Amino acid sequence: MNPSMQNAQIVLRSVHKWFGEFHALDDINLSIAPQEKVVICGPSGSGKSTLIRCVNRLEAHQQGHILVGGVELDDDERKADMIRRGIGMVFQQFNLFPHLTILENCILAPMWVKKLPRKHAVDIAMTFLERVRIPDQANKYPGQLSGGQQQRVAIARALCMNPKVMLFDEPTSALDPEMVKEVLDTMVELAGEGMTMVCVTHEMGFARQVADRVIFMDRGRIVEEGKPEDFFAHPKTDRASLFLSQLLH
Amino acid sequence: MIGRLILTYPDAARRTGIAFVLCIITLGLYAMGISSAWIGYLIPASATWLADNIALGRLFAAGMIALILAANWMALRQLSRRQQIIGVWIELFLLLMLFFYSFNLSLPFIGKKIGYLISQGVVTTLYISAISIVLATVIALAGAIAKLSKNGVIYGLATFYTSLFRGLPLLMQIYIIYLGLPQVGYVIGAVPAGILALSLCYGAYMTEIFRAGIESIPRGQSEGATALGLSSSQTMALVILPQAMRVIIPPTGNQFIAMLKDSSLVSVVGVWEIMYLARTQGQTEFRHIEMLITASMIYWILSIGLEFLQSRIEERFGRFNAR
Ligand SMILES: Nc1ncnc2c1ncn2[C@@H]1O[C@H](COP(=O)(O)OP(=O)(O)O)[C@@H](O)[C@H]1O
Ligand SMILES: [Mg+2]
Repeated sequence: MNPSMQNAQIVLRSVHKWFGEFHALDDINLSIAPQEKVVICGPSGSGKSTLIRCVNRLEAHQQGHILVGGVELDDDERKADMIRRGIGMVFQQFNLFPHLTILENCILAPMWVKKLPRKHAVDIAMTFLERVRIPDQANKYPGQLSGGQQQRVAIARALCMNPKVMLFDEPTSALDPEMVKEVLDTMVELAGEGMTMVCVTHEMGFARQVADRVIFMDRGRIVEEGKPEDFFAHPKTDRASLFLSQLLH
Repeated sequence: MIGRLILTYPDAARRTGIAFVLCIITLGLYAMGISSAWIGYLIPASATWLADNIALGRLFAAGMIALILAANWMALRQLSRRQQIIGVWIELFLLLMLFFYSFNLSLPFIGKKIGYLISQGVVTTLYISAISIVLATVIALAGAIAKLSKNGVIYGLATFYTSLFRGLPLLMQIYIIYLGLPQVGYVIGAVPAGILALSLCYGAYMTEIFRAGIESIPRGQSEGATALGLSSSQTMALVILPQAMRVIIPPTGNQFIAMLKDSSLVSVVGVWEIMYLARTQGQTEFRHIEMLITASMIYWILSIGLEFLQSRIEERFGRFNAR
């Protein structure tokens, strides 16, 4: 392991993953530094979600090594739970808990995982709900909010656990167009605060503005990576340029 | 052709339709062998005519009933929906009472026995059912989680259990537990045996209900909880089950009502619950029907109580769905 890798926040080395016969991740090597912002893009079914879900072990890889903050992920579920506390994740479908109010959604993990007293957890939650600009909705249920608001709550909920890393899996893909911006703005703000971020997204404007690195995946492999300005202007591979040309239309 | 006629003469078509339906009901009642005795009972003067013209009298009786039904229908239509519901309940209840009345029941006998039936029978039935319901719920929860387990041994245990206890008649289970356990050296009382059989049998049915409820919650919910660092048992207790309750409660309420009545099977091993008392008390004076009908009514009232409870609980768990 080289020194730069030892400092890395997230390391994947020769990671493979199969779903039955299907080779979903094929020899993934990736190292993400603290505070780095990485955008992952690629055609549907190329393994983007699988890749970031392996980082917090929502999926288990079958070969290779994944280290988060220097701790290796293996079959030990308690170690996985430990690592998950340091990683926030935002899903395409929000995955808010519909039976709990917005506030209850945000204090659930701080209270049950970190064992914070309720009052303290509420203070933290309200701070983050203010940051995403929906403190006045705290006592509503998720079903009463718009998609954009729900996704911002999901971001706030993840931030309440004070994570070092945030994973985003197509956070704006399920939103109506007029709500995409409010969520992206929240993410841009977060990037400005030095969070380590891994985002699966096809929002090129966001990638240009925020990403240190863009990773292009196809058929379970990392096909190309580079700085956003290089990648979008001069993709090196045919597959990437084909993908980008389709994205523009 | 007929469609055209209906469109041109809607009123006439409607009347024809009503007359047609009335004829069908009349003929149906006639075919079912309705008796004309009630007319003779109401109008004694007609008795001889009815005796002379049996077939005609029966047809007339059927027609009268069809008309009464129609008039009743018209009358109910004048009311609001709520009043309609209450009206139908009262009418059907009175008919049911009339049906029982026709058995020539001895009310004094019922009055004499009902106190004991309630103080001993209802109390026993209720506590057997209540304990069994609690145990069955615990078993069902464990069974459902076991059925969703990746561990083959646990899954195997759960599937064998549900298969066996859903597959054997409850009556057999009661006998087997009551008579069989002593064979292997474990003597069990009649009441514990009944509770055990009811819990195991209903636990097996409810395992499936709980499993379906848990599975009805989208994967994203447990993934969201896991990603936040919640353990799998916390995820189940705090995120999955509270949501699954909405799916679980309605069929579980049905199971509880069914169990309340199936607890009558426990009478075969001599537990003094409602059914047992109804049979034994009736025997002494050969008044079986009185006791059986009284017991039935008691079961019905208890079931209504459970239905009411169920709707209250459903209301509570449906709360977060309000938009
Ligand atoms: N749980 C699973 N079981 C079987 N196949 C899966 C599963 N999850 C994902 N896949 C398959 O793996 C491939 C990659 O999926 P995914 O990572 O979700 O792609 P992306 O996010 O890039 O669209 C897809 O072909 C998908 O069908
Ligand atoms: Mg995906």
